[in-house]
Amino acid sequence: MRIPCPICGTRDRREFYYQGAASMLDRPAAEAPLEVWHDYLHLRDNPAGGTRDLWYHASGCGSWLVVERDTVTHEVLGAALVEACDAD
Amino acid sequence: MTQKNRLQGGLIDRSRSYTFRFDGKTMTGHAGDTLASALLANGVRLMGRSFKYHRPRGPLTAGSEEPNAIVELREGARQEPNTRATTAELFDGLVARSQNRWPSLAFDALSVNDRLSSFFAAGFYYKTFMWPAAFWEKLYEPMIRRAAGLGSLSLQDDPDSYDKGFLHCDLLITGAGPAGLAAALTAGEAGLRVILADEDYVMGGRLNAETFSLGDMAGHDWAAQTVARLRSLPNVRVMPRTTVLGAFDHGIYGAVERVADHLAVPEAGKPRQILWRIYTKRSLLTAGALERPIAFENNDRPGIMLASALRAYANRWAATPAQRVAIFTNNDDGHRTAADLHAKGVKVAAVIDTRPGQPVSTDYEVLQGEIIDTAGRLGLTRITVRLAKGGTREIECGALGVSGGWNPNVSLTCHQRGRPVWEEGIAAFVPGGTLPDGMTVAGAAQGLFSTHAALTSGAEAAAQIATDLGHAATKPDLPQAEDAPVQITPFWHVTDAKRAWVDQQNDVTAKDVKLAHQENFVSVEHLKRYTTLGMATDQGKTSNMAGLAIMAEIAGKTIPEVGTTMFRPPYTPTAMGVLAGRSRGTDFRPVRKTPSHTWAEEQGAVFVEVGNWLRAQWFPRKGETTWRESVDREVLQTRKSVGICDVTTLGKIDVQGTDAAAFLNRIYCNGFAKLAVGRTRYGLMLREDGIAMDDGTAARLAEDHFVVTTTTANAVSVYRHMEFVRQCLFPDMDVQLISTTEAWAQFSVAGPNARKLLQKVVDPEFDLSNEGFPFMACGEITICGGLRARLFRISFSGELAYEIAVPTRYGDALIRRLMREGQEFDVVAYGTEALGVMRIEKGHAAGNELNGTTTALNLGMGRMVSQAKDSIGAVLSRREGLNEPVALKLVGFKPVDPTHKVPAGSHLMTKGAPVDAAHDQGYVTSACYSPNLGHHIAIGYLKSGDQRLGEIVRLVSPLTGFDHDVEVVSAHFVDPEGERLRA
Repeated sequence: MRIPCPICGTRDRREFYYQGAASMLDRPAAEAPLEVWHDYLHLRDNPAGGTRDLWYHASGCGSWLVVERDTVTHEVLGAALVEACDAD
Repeated sequence: MTQKNRLQGGLIDRSRSYTFRFDGKTMTGHAGDTLASALLANGVRLMGRSFKYHRPRGPLTAGSEEPNAIVELREGARQEPNTRATTAELFDGLVARSQNRWPSLAFDALSVNDRLSSFFAAGFYYKTFMWPAAFWEKLYEPMIRRAAGLGSLSLQDDPDSYDKGFLHCDLLITGAGPAGLAAALTAGEAGLRVILADEDYVMGGRLNAETFSLGDMAGHDWAAQTVARLRSLPNVRVMPRTTVLGAFDHGIYGAVERVADHLAVPEAGKPRQILWRIYTKRSLLTAGALERPIAFENNDRPGIMLASALRAYANRWAATPAQRVAIFTNNDDGHRTAADLHAKGVKVAAVIDTRPGQPVSTDYEVLQGEIIDTAGRLGLTRITVRLAKGGTREIECGALGVSGGWNPNVSLTCHQRGRPVWEEGIAAFVPGGTLPDGMTVAGAAQGLFSTHAALTSGAEAAAQIATDLGHAATKPDLPQAEDAPVQITPFWHVTDAKRAWVDQQNDVTAKDVKLAHQENFVSVEHLKRYTTLGMATDQGKTSNMAGLAIMAEIAGKTIPEVGTTMFRPPYTPTAMGVLAGRSRGTDFRPVRKTPSHTWAEEQGAVFVEVGNWLRAQWFPRKGETTWRESVDREVLQTRKSVGICDVTTLGKIDVQGTDAAAFLNRIYCNGFAKLAVGRTRYGLMLREDGIAMDDGTAARLAEDHFVVTTTTANAVSVYRHMEFVRQCLFPDMDVQLISTTEAWAQFSVAGPNARKLLQKVVDPEFDLSNEGFPFMACGEITICGGLRARLFRISFSGELAYEIAVPTRYGDALIRRLMREGQEFDVVAYGTEALGVMRIEKGHAAGNELNGTTTALNLGMGRMVSQAKDSIGAVLSRREGLNEPVALKLVGFKPVDPTHKVPAGSHLMTKGAPVDAAHDQGYVTSACYSPNLGHHIAIGYLKSGDQRLGEIVRLVSPLTGFDHDVEVVSAHFVDPEGERLRA
């Protein structure tokens, strides 16, 4: 598996640390109801198809990336710096 | 023995003779031989015993798809089980033994299984060893393991080394037959970076095994000339003896190069094999095709092999299993074998073709019919033919070539879940579905079986790839080659056979396939698992097709309706050694050494692995016979005077920026905004779910500059977490992080004389007095006349203590200097054990307490969690469930009987209450012997522990039978008021 790091170029998966769904970017406000926090922390989609998740280029530039990929075909559609992304 | 079955010609080097031994018999072969071809030349057909019935077997093939001729190669530590004689290159002095037989290959006691075969049908193990269940482990499994299994292991360390390597290319070509060579030439001349890999040691594929000419050259000469041309191109890497094992995501391939398998011992400094990871833009599969056999009664006798193998042995290796042979075929290709063998002077007794209107020959007899039986206990002597025109005929022969048609070698096309599709014209599966990223298939692997089609499809595919990648490609001058059409009438097995072997490696017969179907194993995947058809080292390369065909026939379906099983990596068996590479023994993972490591070694320190780090555990002195003596001494001497410990391994993270303080306020649950410059504060990090993640200190060196420490174990994960918080959650903050763990050597200097010792090295302009540098102070200083250093007055031991950091390259000099300057105070070096004892005596939490289930409340730090700000984990730490009134609280324990230990991991029970999980009151996390108190102590979690000081509770470990009373006490065993550390 290879991930196109926007800073380092296309690199082997083993340089990256996998975090999980990109929904982790939507951290609720401190005063948000507990249910919202529960959803944020514990509930994840399990898509067959397109997904966005967070990877950390640990053995590279140290950037956190949002990687778009397809869980069925394993195709990696793109990667962007988290800092340049809006979560959705 | 003489090479009585050696023929004329061939691609072997007769000027070089090699002596080798098989089952103790010495024989001679030539350079260029495989073990199998040399054995055949020496008149040996019997090379092994089958897995289940121990039936005598010889080679079925001349390649890596071999199911039968599996031997143990080499001796001593290099002994290698389950090696295919058909691919093992002969070298001088090679030693091989047959497997799965006792006492000898010719007389094998367990061949009695063959007589009992009616009991051993498909599913035998599942049906037989069911009852009683208790018999399985003690009786059935050991018995089956003894009877089955093939080769044996040497049980010695492998003396050879194995490497891993990485390659990048525009185009990987797998298979160097005519299609692969034409493709490599086209792509190479177009300027692509090309890798051409082939599992064989001579490139050319079938060109080396055939008598066709290419233009005016012999096929093998054209291959050799083309390989030489490719080797002269700087952009082409030619890799013989290299098996492409698997096609992985995004154009990545795995391959094993056998660098030295063909040598008795690898060249000095060279690895035996290399595991290559190949990154490709495109790949071309030109892996050719594999011939498939036909199943008939007793079709497994030594001497019966694939017709193409018989031909390859004669043409390439100038060897034949016998001087009188017969051919059994359902297609025109079988007739080629007859013609080639006849041309080599081997007597062709007959060609039996299942088809009407088969080709005729003036050189040998051609019969229409089917073989219904064979004879010859340890090797073929006779076949019985049922003639189409009626009647039977017996034909004497020592070898039989069988051709059931050819299967394109689609294996790699399926590694990303591609599913092959049936092509009626050649009665075989061709690549289909989704191929691995960037893969194209050409030549016989695509079902294009003529040499002409192979050459042109290879060149065309390569030209297209070159164009796709932006290179101008011209098609090379390809020679004229045979272009015979495929003429085949599918024929899978002779009906009414009692034992027609479909899978020779797993002893699966056509009847077993029928039985499986009868017992409702109707999916191909179930068939495979129930009968074991297609399993083991050959993965059914020669047997799957017939199994499917028979299944289709029984089910009344077509073959494509039945479908195929999946092909998965690796393509051929792969040694564990090459997958491990250099990562074995002490090289399994990197070792990190502390700056004082060399010095500690000189002191005779005992080291302990902490992650990848090696840390001094204790420093034994002369006369000390147990570790406890050393540790007790280190603790007592530190508390009495001064001790030094290397704490470099703790994570250090530099935090800088105008929002540095605000950032720390987010990652720590307690507040940092108001921390003054020159001061240090303990910080507790929570996970977002409110559980404690890590703890450490943050020292404020400047308004916009902090140094954060983490535990040794979490240095990497805390840094990653902090980067996550910075980049993902609060990207607007002006803050930058860098890990400086390796940049600074850091020592703890602890004990009543710590200040006095440090004053001897710290430059005089820095005031170390309690007023000038109080508890929790920090600062950038210089030592030893100008060396920059950092000083933190923090204490893990509970003593007056400092941590002093210098650039890592000065770490060794600093420990030596401190130990020398400390002699007047009787300074002691202490290791991680003494460190642990002192922190337990002081009641400080560490990894055992921050164990992924505990909260700030459990740790007795509930009030630390700031309510005034939003920090990671703050919201969820306020969850009701984490704030029950009876929450676990960190407290200390001492044994009621001071001779008792207080073992960590034991559970706490209320006196008089039942001892069971429902009444569990908590558990002990850390324990040690306290040399200061003279008895064992422990800390741990007890329900409402802070309310139960003085209570006697039961400490139990039902597993070990431990059951003693302990008293609940404060976790602060030593200096509870903290007077020492503020001294």
